[in-house]
Amino acid sequence: MMAAVTSARSSLSDRIRERRRMAAAWLSGPGLWVIIALFMTWAVLQERDAFTVGIVSGSIFALGALGLTLIYGVLKFGHFAHGDTMMFSAYIAFFLLGGFIVGERPGDELQVLPVTVNDLPGAGDAIWKFSFGYGLWVAMAAAAVLTAGIMVGLDRLVYRRLRDRKSGIVIFSIAALGVAIATRALMFIFYGPSPRLYYPGIRERLDLPFDVSLLADQLFIFATAVVVTALIYLLLFYTKLGKAMRAMADNADLARISGINTDRIILQTWIVAGGLIAVAGVLLALQVQLDPELGFVLLLPLFASAILGGLGNPQGALVGGLIVGITQEVAVTLDLPLIGEVSAGYKFSIAFIILVLMLLVRPRGLFGARV
Amino acid sequence: MALEAHGIVTGYGEVNILHGVSVTVHEGEMVAVIGPNGAGKSTLLRAVFGLLPARAGSVRLHAQDVTNRRPDQLVLRGLSYVPQVDNVFPSLTILENLEMGAFVRQNGLHERAEQVFELFPDLAGRRGELAGRLSGGQRQMLALARALMLDPSVLLLDEPSASLSPKMVGMIFERILEINRGGTAILLVEQNAREALSVCHRAYVLAMGENRLEGEAQALLGSEEVGKLYLGA
Amino acid sequence: MSGEAATGPDRRQIRLPIAGLAACAVVAGLILFISYDQSPGALPDGNISGTFSFFVLFLTFVAVYGVFTLGLNIQWGYAGVFNFGVLAFFMVGAYTTAIFTKTPAKGSFTDYVGGFGDALNFAPGLATDQWFVPLVATLAAGAVAGLLAYVVSIPTLRLREDYLAIATIGVAEFVRRVAIEERGLVNGTRGLTGVPLPLRGLVDRGDEKYLKLVIAAVVLALVFLALERAVRSPWGRVLLGLREDEVATEASGKNVAAFRTQSFVLGAIIMGIGGSMYAYASSALTPDSFTHFTATFLFWAMLMLGGSGNNQGAIVGAFVLWGFWTLTLQIQGYELGDAVETRIPYVRDLVLGSLIVLVLLLRPAGLIPQEARVSMWVERRIRKLQAAERRSPDGEPVLD
Repeated sequence: MMAAVTSARSSLSDRIRERRRMAAAWLSGPGLWVIIALFMTWAVLQERDAFTVGIVSGSIFALGALGLTLIYGVLKFGHFAHGDTMMFSAYIAFFLLGGFIVGERPGDELQVLPVTVNDLPGAGDAIWKFSFGYGLWVAMAAAAVLTAGIMVGLDRLVYRRLRDRKSGIVIFSIAALGVAIATRALMFIFYGPSPRLYYPGIRERLDLPFDVSLLADQLFIFATAVVVTALIYLLLFYTKLGKAMRAMADNADLARISGINTDRIILQTWIVAGGLIAVAGVLLALQVQLDPELGFVLLLPLFASAILGGLGNPQGALVGGLIVGITQEVAVTLDLPLIGEVSAGYKFSIAFIILVLMLLVRPRGLFGARV
Repeated sequence: MALEAHGIVTGYGEVNILHGVSVTVHEGEMVAVIGPNGAGKSTLLRAVFGLLPARAGSVRLHAQDVTNRRPDQLVLRGLSYVPQVDNVFPSLTILENLEMGAFVRQNGLHERAEQVFELFPDLAGRRGELAGRLSGGQRQMLALARALMLDPSVLLLDEPSASLSPKMVGMIFERILEINRGGTAILLVEQNAREALSVCHRAYVLAMGENRLEGEAQALLGSEEVGKLYLGA
Repeated sequence: MSGEAATGPDRRQIRLPIAGLAACAVVAGLILFISYDQSPGALPDGNISGTFSFFVLFLTFVAVYGVFTLGLNIQWGYAGVFNFGVLAFFMVGAYTTAIFTKTPAKGSFTDYVGGFGDALNFAPGLATDQWFVPLVATLAAGAVAGLLAYVVSIPTLRLREDYLAIATIGVAEFVRRVAIEERGLVNGTRGLTGVPLPLRGLVDRGDEKYLKLVIAAVVLALVFLALERAVRSPWGRVLLGLREDEVATEASGKNVAAFRTQSFVLGAIIMGIGGSMYAYASSALTPDSFTHFTATFLFWAMLMLGGSGNNQGAIVGAFVLWGFWTLTLQIQGYELGDAVETRIPYVRDLVLGSLIVLVLLLRPAGLIPQEARVSMWVERRIRKLQAAERRSPDGEPVLD
């Protein structure tokens, strides 16, 4: 009889364990998607304004995370300077537009460039309902080229030497952190702590169908992010370089064995990432005011987006960025049971909470990590 | 002489695994390297392919010195290598895997891919599928196919039969023989000594990072020492 | 060549940390010189004693920060655990100390939990200004920080190293946010002031600075000695192996994840104690004084400069970099003009960031390199494996 009781009990506990295992499997698989879909639907219906802003900041995160994830895939390390280089490129564009750095006293401007982008004929005339003219595009393109050059230079100066020495990935991350600190300090030295705008003046608001309202500039941000993401998608899936980058993310040793010149792919990855960093940085500076602290603040949302989507996975970066952006904006409008109203100060901690939940439930990310 | 490795010394950290190993492969020949676990067989292939720096000794490919050359230079000279594990790109399609195998090739990619698909008809019908979805045997086929994309004159194979079902082992060796009949010289590292000796022309026996025996495959198959040590006879 | 090295004689030699000592001497000399040079007008009690008390204050913070670098060293230097959120454990330790030693909040301008100073003072001889309450507070600070580390380690420590880095940055930001946003918790942005100094009844008010130094130095010494013992124990040797080669350690049957968690938690406890020392040394805590830069990355720079994996190095790094930091503050005492003065802190940050990169590139071992015993340990293991292989040619697969 004792034996019967024991076996009944063990089968019961087996059954509970089995249930729990199945629940966990559901939660880390289809359930996760169901939860995300429900949350997004709710947000669209109930918090449309926050949702819209979330898509805009989410598309900036997506571009940042895309660059981060490419670097992760090909070079296998967490680029902790990503946010700060975005901030830096945004300042490059700012410099090209106005041509000055801050002078002796706060507020003083020291003209450095004899000819600036804004001096081009009609460069500052607002296009459509945007706050900017074609000059911003010129500055953005130039910033992309310069940033790509700087990233290549940094690779030659710092990261390649660490590679040659076969340093662990953590060493690369610490080096990137050093670069981030130095970059931030440089921008403080050149521009000081006061926030900057590319173009002062009024921003026009658009009223779109379905009760959606957003700034014209925000529409531009979203549209640019979509176009750039599409370009990166084409690059990754339809060009030899892109396929080699994916191959390196998959299996860097085999890429080398196949005869792929991995050093060259790494350089080209930095160039692509530099371009992405510059575009994301300039868009960011359109969305919020530019200041040197911006880079560090971005770090958590960018990593959360990339990890949420699956490190090294470009589709994942896009979806991850949007989810993090939307959740951040929507969450601070919430009035939760037990916790109460979520203070706006927690905005960037939301990214962290998403990150930890994801690491607990599904560390490989929504689309599977490639590294 | 297609491939000639002479007196290779190499290892990890401060420890040497190989203490002067030499192997040669003649044009069109198929040569096996057998030996117990830890003998340094796979290490030998890595050193020949420049993945692990040779601390002493030389590698010559078609009479040209290629010691410690980078893999991308080696594949251009007609040497290809198939590692034992992780030998496909799982998130790339089969066709993309082949493209990566021909990365250094400027043109004629699709013609070559069709030729390779002829050798592996199973893969041809699934060229758009992700390599990660393939079964173990098919992966091994794809790994071979990838290495053939540059039409190598010498192929290094690291235990192509490892962890495959006996039926798949037979199929893989069939393909390897076919590749060899097409004129490609092959240097094959095998745990499965009996299988390897029955298909190869010659073989080397390594032990503790040194050459132990060498000779005609048939002769080694009949040798008492080899039989006792490695064939479980 | 390498074969010789593997079987050759013990290559470990005693290196005099000349570079480290020289750097300390230069920094100390400069600080003394500038504070002497600047003191006549600024300090009423004469040149020498003003310079002296300034130097005592400097040393106090070197000792406090040395505790953090030691904590970081046990995590990163010994076990390779990648903690970018020292701030979290620092802040938790400091605030826990304040909550345990202060009296309960009163008045409309203060609002915080706890204030156990009086409640803990339940028997004669335990007064706040003596020893019991601060001791409990410091232990609690270590315990809370350790607990936080344990909780953080659950989802992150078994994953890639850099996941832990970003997760710890997140924890740090979160802890900072909670301190600011939850007004009733630790008094929000106004912070907590008047943390009572342990044993303060024993000295005159004017001599409290010496007491602070003595307390911080004693705690630093205790932590140092405890860690030196720990890393030379069998446990410590496993940690060293872990950093050198996780696979080899795993192969020797050690539970790598458990060791990583232990070193992470131990390091966090030490950081909590460091936070406690900071609370006593500065007596006032505001969220603004804890930035990722000053409360995390500064310690990383100190450890990298001093030499990770070496406890003496960690302290030397704290001395040199805090010295550098102090110098940049002192320089502002001279007439330099607005353009330069407003930029000095940023130039300092630029130097620190560049320093991290330069140390990695040019002197990865830091000022005081780690001793050679790690590689000796691994070497011994590999030699043992080789010997085993020679004994049985058809044995287990080895390194191939």
